[in-house]
Formats: sequence, C-alpha cells, structure tokens
Amino acid sequence: MIDVAEVSCRIHGTEILAPATLRIPDGQITALIGPNGAGKSTLLRLIGRIAPLQSGRVSIDGLDLAGTASDRLARQMAFLGQSTALASRLRVGELVAFGRWPHCHGRPGPDDRAAVAAALAEFGLVGLAGRFMDELSGGQAQRAHLAMAAAQDTPWLLLDEPMNNLDLAHARTLMEALARRRAQGGSALVVLHDLNFAAGWADRVVAMKAGRIHAEGTPDEVLTSDILSDLYDTPIEVGRHRGRPLVLHHM
Amino acid sequence: MTPGFRHLRLALSLGLGALCLLSLSVGAYEVPAAGLLSDPMGLLVLSVSRLPRTLAAVLSGAALAVAGVVMQQIARNRFVEPSTTGTPESAALGLLAVTLLAPGAPVWVKMAVAAVSALLGTALFVALIRRLPPREVFLVPLAGLILSGVIGAVVTWIAWEADLMQLVGTWLMSGEFSGVIAGRYELLWIAAAAAALAWVAADRFAILGLGPEAATGLGLNPDAVMRLGLVVVSVVTAMVVVSVGMIPFVGLVVPNIVARLMGDNLRRTLAPTALGGGALVLGSDLVGRLVVYPFEIPAGTILGVTGAAIFLWLLWSKPRHVA
Repeated sequence: MIDVAEVSCRIHGTEILAPATLRIPDGQITALIGPNGAGKSTLLRLIGRIAPLQSGRVSIDGLDLAGTASDRLARQMAFLGQSTALASRLRVGELVAFGRWPHCHGRPGPDDRAAVAAALAEFGLVGLAGRFMDELSGGQAQRAHLAMAAAQDTPWLLLDEPMNNLDLAHARTLMEALARRRAQGGSALVVLHDLNFAAGWADRVVAMKAGRIHAEGTPDEVLTSDILSDLYDTPIEVGRHRGRPLVLHHM
Repeated sequence: MTPGFRHLRLALSLGLGALCLLSLSVGAYEVPAAGLLSDPMGLLVLSVSRLPRTLAAVLSGAALAVAGVVMQQIARNRFVEPSTTGTPESAALGLLAVTLLAPGAPVWVKMAVAAVSALLGTALFVALIRRLPPREVFLVPLAGLILSGVIGAVVTWIAWEADLMQLVGTWLMSGEFSGVIAGRYELLWIAAAAAALAWVAADRFAILGLGPEAATGLGLNPDAVMRLGLVVVSVVTAMVVVSVGMIPFVGLVVPNIVARLMGDNLRRTLAPTALGGGALVLGSDLVGRLVVYPFEIPAGTILGVTGAAIFLWLLWSKPRHVA
C-alpha cells in the first residue's frame, strides 16, 4: 500500500499541490485522472521520490520514503516519467538492461538477463533489441522505456501518461501487461488521459483538479457524468458497456 | 559483444601499438633496433626521452578522451569537452594563484590547487547550464565557451600584470611533448588513474546520461554521480595542463566518433575511447615531429587544425540512420 499523508508542493510560492492524504491499495491498478495542471504528475513524482518531499510523509509497503535508501526504493517501485528524451545513444536492449541496475549494479546474472528478455518480449521489442533508440519511432521508443520499467521487476509501477505516442493496440497491450502483473500481486499507479482505459482496466480512480483530490473511488463511483463534467469543466456523458462506464465526449 | 565491435577494438589496439613503435624510433638520434642492448646511448635516449614522451602522449590522449565522454554525460550534451567548459582556464587560474601567493609551495600542493580550482570552474559551468532550457542543444557549448572566455580573460589579465604570460602560454596554448623527459611527465599517471575511476563507474555515468529522473528512479543519486564526474574531469584536465599544456578537441572528436559507431554504453565504449584518444594524440605528436623534421610543431597545434576539421565534418555529416 502507498500511504500519502499531508503531502503538498509549492514552487516559487505557488501552491501546485494542496496537502493531500491518500491511500493507494496494493494489488490494484489505480488511475490518476484530471485536467492539465491538476497536479497529477507532481503527486506521482513526489510518491516516486523524483521530486523531493517538501512536507508530509509517504510510505510504500511500509518503507518510509524519507528514511529508506533510494537504492532499496528502486527495488520497490519503478518510475517512468514524461521526459524520456535521451541525450545518449543506446541500443534498445542496453536501455532495457539498465532497468536491472537496482538488482545487479552492472553485473547481470541469469535472472537479470531473463527479466530483460521477458520485458523485451512483453512489449514486442525482440526484433528491435539491437537497434539504436534514435532510430525508433516515438511509439517504439516509448515501449522501450516501458520495457525498462518492467525489467526493474518491482511490486509497484508508477507511470506518467504511459500512452504517449502509443497506438491503440500498443496502449491496450500496456494495460493488459499491467493486468497480468496485477494477477500476480503487482500494483500500478498510472496517470491516464484516456478515461476509457481507466474505465476498462482500473480498480480505483483518483480524480484531481487544481492541486486537490477531487474524487476517489471505483470507476463506477468516479466516472460519472456529474463528476467528470465538473472535473474537466466541459459536458461529458457516461454510458455503459459490458458492465463498465463508457465515457463519451463527442456529443 | 558484436564482431564489429571486436574488430574495432583490435584495429585500435594494433594502430596504437604501431604508433608507439614509430614514436620510439623517430628522432634525431638513430636508435638501432638490432643491437640496442649494446648501445648505451640508444638505451639512454629511449628510457629518458622517447619512452616518456610516447607514454605522455598516450596517457594524456586517453585521459582527455575519457574526460570528454564524462563531461558529455554530465552535461547531457555531445558538443562539450573540458577545454570548452572553462576547466583548463580554471586550473590555470589556480596555478597562477599558487605561483603568485606561495611560489615556494611543493609540486603536489600546486597540483592539488590546480585540480580544485578546475573542479570549481567546471562546477560553475554545470550550475550555469542547469538553468538553460533543455531543448536548446547549442546553448550549452556556447555557455561553456563564454565561461572559458571570461575565466581565460581573468587569467590573462593577472598574468599580464604579474609578467607571467609565458607560463600561462605553456599551460593553455601549447599541448606539446618536446619537453617531456623522464621525471617530468609522471603526473599524467594520475590523470590516467582518474580516467580509470571513470571506467569503474561507467554504468553510473551511462545512467546519468538517461537524465536525472531516470537515474533517481533507478536508485542512483544523480548529484553524487555528477560530483564524481566533475572530479574525474578536473583531475584529468589539471594534470594535463600542468604536464604538457591543454590539448584541444581530443575530448570532443574521439567520443563523438565512438558514439556514432558503437553508441554510449560506456561499459563497452570507454576502452575504445581511451585507445582512440591515445592514438590521436600520439599520431598528432608524430606528425608534428615529422613534417618539419628535425624541427617540431606542437601536437596541440596539429590537433587544433585536424581536430577542428574532424569536428566540422562530424557536425555536417548526418549519421546514416537520421533520415
């Protein structure tokens, strides 16, 4: 479980995130939704200790963020942010192998090699392993970064808009991969813009607006016309399809 | 390890070996290959002059090339190297300060001051570029050149006032090996040791190149890795500046060529980078010794011309894969 207590964030005196308290259960996929500038990425970066905590406390599976070595946390959670532009020239296989750093510190054993091979296969990258990252399309590169996070083989995956550049089929592959991990006890906290992916796969939805948690609960509880229209300040209808909410925004 | 990679490393090793043999045999005194052991003068020339000179060129070239890669990983920018980030100028400023304030200080104190002031200057560069917009790739080398210019101007002004211009010239403008004899190049082993430290931390530097976010996510402390990189760059640069004078372009050209051929997985590329750097500097020294034989042109001057030409070519010729 991720336990967020009174965590807030200010940048140059402006409040980006009002004190937030939140419990994210493990063994589930939790979607973080909301309009641009709602504070979703900020919250995710604070939980992932990518941005330093200014106030409050975060613990992940009982490990206090402030009191746990970063190396240990890297075996508990993998973080994939939005700024994935590489300055260095790496092959796909090399990038994914860096995901094993927290486990092997540069001396890969059979387990590490197996994890890298599995991650490459999971994201359809086997044929691309020897290619340089700067030779790939945006979507292929994004899949390589996802495979790197998967190779880290952590109980938790923290993903910030992982659908960036992914086509529909690969976006779906990603959600299915998260569901497979969930079946084995894995957990994910994912910032999503396409609400129907949240409706289709998430167990919990946390909606944020203007630096505050606006609503949280199951997809059925949060993905309603009232809440979403209020959240995005635009009329949104919600239908149902196969027992799950279906968000309609083209009306 | 791919066959192409093995071939490259083999070719570099053989090339460097051949250059070393050539460097040992070229000079005003004809050292006989056969019957060397019965020629005391030949042995003396070899052990006091030729071998130290050859080693000095290889060590400084290898260390500078490695320092170049490390600098590029720290800055996350292909177009920087120690000589374009104010590092040698900062080392010279420190040396100037010791020379003026404590002229009697032992050599190791001078070295330490040079290394520390190189570290401060390079850290200033890193602090400076952190405030630049990340997408503006060419602002980073530009900021480095401006910083070099400013620190260099301070050094020149102080040296001018204190009548030490000649000394500063040997640090920043010569890059030559003609004065190298046994006993006057050994500091370069410290530069080589610093470069070896980079090899030990190769994966950390490679991960730093992925960006601070990814590095933190993998459990590294990006600032700590960056500090280690600054130490490597500063120590290498300070030792080279003091021993033979700054040699331009090695740290820029060699890592760029290696990255284009093999990428940036430093665990694999640092050895070829070091071999390439050693070969380039030794080759330049040899060219400088041969073109106006028996007179000499400093290796730094040769590299100033050829290095600039190679770098321009690297800038203009697009890599194959970029459509």
